[in-house]
Amino acid sequence: MTEYALILLGTVLVNNFVLVKFLGLCPFMGVSRKLETAIGMALATTFVLTLSSVSAYLVNEYILAPLGLEYMRTIMFILVIAVVVQFTEMVVHKTSPLLYNILGIFLPLITTNCAVLGVALLNVQEKHGFLQSLFYGFGAAVGFSLVLILFSALRERIIVADVPEAFQGTSIALITAGIMSLAFMGFAGLIKV
Amino acid sequence: MLTVILTLAIIAGVFGLLLAWSAIRFKVEGDPIVDQIDALLPQTQCGQCTYPGCRPYAEAIAKGEADINQCPPGGEATILALADLLGVEPKPLNAEHGEEKHLPTVVRIDENVCIGCTLCIQACPVDAIIGAAKQMHTVVESECTGCNLCIPPCPVDCIHIVEVKPTVRTWTAELPDPGPVAPHAV
Repeated sequence: MTEYALILLGTVLVNNFVLVKFLGLCPFMGVSRKLETAIGMALATTFVLTLSSVSAYLVNEYILAPLGLEYMRTIMFILVIAVVVQFTEMVVHKTSPLLYNILGIFLPLITTNCAVLGVALLNVQEKHGFLQSLFYGFGAAVGFSLVLILFSALRERIIVADVPEAFQGTSIALITAGIMSLAFMGFAGLIKV
Repeated sequence: MLTVILTLAIIAGVFGLLLAWSAIRFKVEGDPIVDQIDALLPQTQCGQCTYPGCRPYAEAIAKGEADINQCPPGGEATILALADLLGVEPKPLNAEHGEEKHLPTVVRIDENVCIGCTLCIQACPVDAIIGAAKQMHTVVESECTGCNLCIPPCPVDCIHIVEVKPTVRTWTAELPDPGPVAPHAV
């Protein structure tokens, strides 16, 4: 149990995918302008990231490894992620119109989120088992959501702040992200080596 | 090598079948009332109703966000049909959105003046203008809906509105003029 808690803590805070590993930066900058869209994106990503992490593990373990095709991993994972996202979108659309309205357009957007592929590949690299992959994916998604929501709340305030002209827009957003990244680096001190 | 190709092909095929199956299994029927409203609209995609096209306008009507009198190309006939479908009182066309045209029009490009800037091609909602950069453009009249969206972007004002003359096939008898009120009715 401690192991899974450690994985969660590690992915959410210490090795945060966005601020420490720099994966999934495009949705991080792209949909963080408003808190509502950020929450929608965060929910959709959590959903897909956990699911695709597990299914990529299953494909790797039961299809690629027995056939000795591990070098085809990347293309295979891209395929799996695309299918999982598409399938999820259809199921959600049918079964829960409310959830579909919230997640809406964000679901297909996640296909291009590099954090999703990154998690799948890192799972293999670190030789995670089934449950470990599940927690790793979920933790990465929670970390992503946490940072995305925090960042969008910051950006909503920055818009009304008196920012010097040269820093307005994307540059102040990037500077803020950098300072957030600095702050998250501090979590590395949680672990005693 | 062969195993790779086979495995990838099989897996991709299985995924494809899965998606195809789920597309049928989880098919979502759209809002039928939106389809019905959309069928009544003239499909000019002109945007005069302030919505980006006929379908979004139909969705807005179905949600109750838009009124039924915002479609100048459809004019009175469309308003009456919509009022009939939705069970509301018909009302005159909202003048804010434009006036109804009595004869259908299309646009024509003066090809001697056209500089081939492609701006009108980008503005056309129904892709009825053909041409390429620095080549002469022309309007496919059978596709043109007469929305006139291409006229404002044209930098050399070479697009003109032309009324469509009725041909033997499209001519219909005009409605009789109600004329002055007959004396015996007074």
